[in-house]
Amino acid sequence: MDDLVTTFLNIDVLKQVWPLLLQGFWMTLALAAVAVPLSVLAGIAVAMAQDVPNRLLRFLLIAYVDVMRAIPPLVLLIFIFFGLPFLGLKLNEFTAAVLALTLNGSSYFAEIFRAGIESVPKGQREAARSTGLSWYKSMIHVVVPQGTRNVLPDLISNTVELVKQTSIASAVALQELLRSAQLAQGLLYNPTPLIAVAIVYFLMFWPFVRLVSRLQNRTAMSAA
Amino acid sequence: MDQIVRYFFDFSLMAAYWPDILRGFLITVQMSILTVLIGIPLGLALAILRLYGIRPLNWLIIFYIDFFRSIPQLVLIVLAYFALPYFGLVLEPFTATVLALAIVLSAFAEEIFWAGINAVHKGQWEAGRSTGLSFSKTLAYIILPQVARISIPPLTNRAIGISKGTTLGSVVAVPELLNVTSSIQSNVANPTALTVGALLFLLLFLPFVRFTRWLERAYAHPRS
Repeated sequence: MDDLVTTFLNIDVLKQVWPLLLQGFWMTLALAAVAVPLSVLAGIAVAMAQDVPNRLLRFLLIAYVDVMRAIPPLVLLIFIFFGLPFLGLKLNEFTAAVLALTLNGSSYFAEIFRAGIESVPKGQREAARSTGLSWYKSMIHVVVPQGTRNVLPDLISNTVELVKQTSIASAVALQELLRSAQLAQGLLYNPTPLIAVAIVYFLMFWPFVRLVSRLQNRTAMSAA
Repeated sequence: MDQIVRYFFDFSLMAAYWPDILRGFLITVQMSILTVLIGIPLGLALAILRLYGIRPLNWLIIFYIDFFRSIPQLVLIVLAYFALPYFGLVLEPFTATVLALAIVLSAFAEEIFWAGINAVHKGQWEAGRSTGLSFSKTLAYIILPQVARISIPPLTNRAIGISKGTTLGSVVAVPELLNVTSSIQSNVANPTALTVGALLFLLLFLPFVRFTRWLERAYAHPRS
């Protein structure tokens, strides 16, 4: 048992690498703080634009969403970080990660918001338009807020997924939480930092995962 | 434009590498299939186990699904590969990746099946039991077919999302498609390999993404 503790949860090791892990934690939060709002906004825009009766536009938007949902985010990141410099477009690790996460995340948010928008009864939109609101205003003030409420559990769980996904930035050596743990483990030949970081991720996301389960079960119960 | 063709679509450079690329692609396919074949039945088994309502067991199941939904897949893969050996358990990169992904998928699948089971009307259970069917027969012949109908669309979505995570295996040196194409990219100093990789991922996953769209339409208005 003692052995287990010195190997897996070695407090001395943890004390030594704590500053490194903390740096990584802030970097993960910074990535999330930029990528999540960008993805949400882009997702709303893509979902709203699908409402415009223009065949070509709809086709392009759906193609965008489907392609982004089919491409693994890590492939996107490697492409952006290692491929684009050949065209003279050299992004730093942080920007490349934000771009990859946003391209991927926005496509999922777009699908969720589209489902939300479709769930709002048509009468709402007609009523809004007939009071003289423009298409844009009726979407922003009437349709999207109601649609958002209908898909709230999906929005929360997709946000969790997106923030979890920030860990792929470690693959281009951006020193976020996972990368910090790997560096620390390499320095000290002890897996404690990895375990500690797994626990940090767990504590960070658990409340949201629980919340989504409760929200979903409540809707399932009321539907039955 | 010339530059784009030269750097991203110079397929003549790939001539020598097609066998490697094909091997990587097949490993990606294998990993995806294994992940789904292990993850989904395991999730279903957990959901059925939870149905028996044994309190302490249910707490364990709920903790299991919360835990594996809260920790990023890449963190789990890194843990399985770098931390388990300290425990005396050395896994091949391939095995570590598939194991981590299958467990994550099982957690999401349990949640989806459980929500599906809860969404089936109670009267279905009562009707089944009152015709003389046993608990397990009612479950198998009456409840689960209805659950399948509810669960297949979200399950397909989730299975695609997690199969895309096979690319994360590249971080622990599984020679899957992303790993192969990005090392070719650095060998020939031309990112066409990355384009080829991205196209192959599209070939693999886009049909399933389109399938989920079709499912959504087909299931949107169930005959009642």
